[in-house]
Amino acid sequence: MDKSSYTRFSLWILLLPFVLWLLLLILLPHVDMVSISLRERVSARNYTFSFKNYTEFFIEPLYWRTFVRTAWMSVLATLITLLIAFPVSYYIAKMMRGRLKALLFILCLIPFWVSELVRTYGWMILLRETGLLSTFLQWIGLSDQPVEMLYNDVAIMIGLVYTSMLFMVVPLVTTLDSLDDSLIEAGYDLGGSNWNVLTEIIIPHAMPGIVSGCIVVFMLSLGNYLTPILLGGKDSLWFTEQIFTQFITRFNWEQGSAFGILLLILSSLIVWAGLKLSRQSFTNVMS
Amino acid sequence: MIPTISSSLYFRGTYAVYVGLFFIFLITPLTVVGIFAFNDSMFPSMPWNGGTLAWFLNETEPQLGLFHDEDLLESIGVSFVVACFTTIASLVLATCNAFLFEREQFPGKNLLYILMLTPLVIPGVILGVSILAFSSTIANWAEMQFDYDLEFLRPGITLVVLGQFAFITTIATLVISARLRKFDSSLEEAAMNLGATRIAAVMTVTLPDLKPALIGAGIVCFLMSFENFNTTLMLVGSDAPLTIAMFDRLKEGSTPVLNAVSLLLMVASGVLALISVFFQSEKPGS
Repeated sequence: MDKSSYTRFSLWILLLPFVLWLLLLILLPHVDMVSISLRERVSARNYTFSFKNYTEFFIEPLYWRTFVRTAWMSVLATLITLLIAFPVSYYIAKMMRGRLKALLFILCLIPFWVSELVRTYGWMILLRETGLLSTFLQWIGLSDQPVEMLYNDVAIMIGLVYTSMLFMVVPLVTTLDSLDDSLIEAGYDLGGSNWNVLTEIIIPHAMPGIVSGCIVVFMLSLGNYLTPILLGGKDSLWFTEQIFTQFITRFNWEQGSAFGILLLILSSLIVWAGLKLSRQSFTNVMS
Repeated sequence: MIPTISSSLYFRGTYAVYVGLFFIFLITPLTVVGIFAFNDSMFPSMPWNGGTLAWFLNETEPQLGLFHDEDLLESIGVSFVVACFTTIASLVLATCNAFLFEREQFPGKNLLYILMLTPLVIPGVILGVSILAFSSTIANWAEMQFDYDLEFLRPGITLVVLGQFAFITTIATLVISARLRKFDSSLEEAAMNLGATRIAAVMTVTLPDLKPALIGAGIVCFLMSFENFNTTLMLVGSDAPLTIAMFDRLKEGSTPVLNAVSLLLMVASGVLALISVFFQSEKPGS
C-alpha cells in the first residue's frame, strides 16, 4: 500500500468513531430536542408545529422568574467564587514555594475527588436545625434555640460556591504561576502602588484563567440540580428542576425540551459574551 | 505582594489567616460527613452519642449497617458496572480522538475540534434529557416501523452509560491529547525506518509512552462516571446507581448509613487520586 492511501485510510478509521459519537450523542439529540420543543400535542401520536411551548414560558410568570433567578444566582455565585478564590490562588502561586505550594494546591483539589452529593450532604449536616453550626451558636450563647440555616438562598449560595471552588482555583493558579516575579518587581520599581500592580500587571496576566474559571463555574451553577434541591428545599426554584419536573414528573416532553433549549441558549450566550469581552478563543479557554 | 517585596507584618498575617480560613471552609463539610458515620444515633446530627461501628457492620434494622444494606450494596454494584463500561468506551474513543486531532490534517478540523469540546459547556441535565428524547424518538420509530421494542433505548443502564460516555470522552481526549502533543514523533518515525509498520510503531513506541496519561485519564473517567449525578438522573431506569440511591434516601431524611457510604467513597477516591498523581508524575523512560 502506498503511503498516501495508507494515510487516508488511517484518517477515515480515526474519523469514523468520532463522527458517530458527535452525531449520535451530541448533535442529533439536540436537533431532536429542538424539533420536539416546536410541536404541540393535538391527540395521541398526533402533533402540529407550534411555538406554544415557548410562548407558555413567557406567559407563565413562574417559569421566566425561575429562569431569571437561576441565571442571576449563577452569576452571583460565579463572582463570589472568583472573589474568594483569587487571593487564595495568588497566595498559592506567588507567596508559596516548593513542597508547601504543591501540598496546598493538592489540598484545594481534594473536594473535587469527592462526589458532589457527599459535599452537599456535609453542608446539610452543618446547616440544619439540629446541625453543628446551630448547636455551636447555642453553645456560645448567641442563640437560645435551634436555628434553621438550611432551605434558603444563602444555603444554596454556599453550596454552589463550595462545589465550584476548584474549577476557579485551578485555572487561576496555573495562569498566576506563569507570571514572572520580575514583572511584579518592575511594577513596584517603577513606582506602582499595590493597587497599580494588581490591576495593571497581575489581573491582565491572569485574564485567561479568570475567564475560563468563570465560564466553567457559571455553567456548573446554571446546570446544577443537586445543590439547589437539597440545600434550598421545596422552594429552591431552580430552572433545571423545572426541566426535570416537565420531563419526568409531568411527562410533558414538549415543554421540557423548550426549557432545555432556552437554558442552552442562555448558557451559550453568556459563554460567548465572556469570550468576546476578554478576547479569548473557545479552544484556548477550554483546553 | 511577592515574598521578595517587603510588606507589613500585619498584611502578611491577615493574608495567611484568610488562606487558613479558606482551607477550613474546604475541609469542614467533608470531615463532618466522615465523623458522623461513627455517631451512635439515628440521625446524622448533634448530639454526639458516642462512637460506634454499627453504621458499617450492624446486621439488623433500624441501625442497618452499610455492609448488610442490600439496596446500597446493589447500587454500588450498578455504579461500578456503569463506570467500567464508560471508562473503557471513553478511553478507546479518546485515544482515537487524540491521534485524529494531534496527528491528522483534514479540512474542517478546527470546527470538529470545537464541536468535540461542546459537551463541556452543555449542562449535564440538558445532555441527559436530549439523549433521553432522541433515544425514545428512535425507539418509538422502530416500534412503529418494525413492531419491535428496542429495550436498550429506554431509560436504564445502557442509556446511563451512553450519556456519561458523551461528555466523559471529551475530558479524556483533552488529557490524552496533552500527552500526545509532548511526544516526539521522530521516535515513531525511527521505528518505521527500522522496518516497523505504522500500527506496530504506534503499538510498541507511542502507546507505551501514553500509558501514564491513559491510566490517569482512566481514573478520572471512572470517578466522574461513579460520581455523576445530573446526566444519570435523567436516564436512569429501575436499577439506580449509588448517587441516585443516595439522593433518594437524602430526600426522605437520612440515617448515618449515608455517612458510612460517603466515608467509603472518600477513602476510595482518595486512594484513586493518589494512584493518578503517582502515575502522572512518573517520567517516561526513567
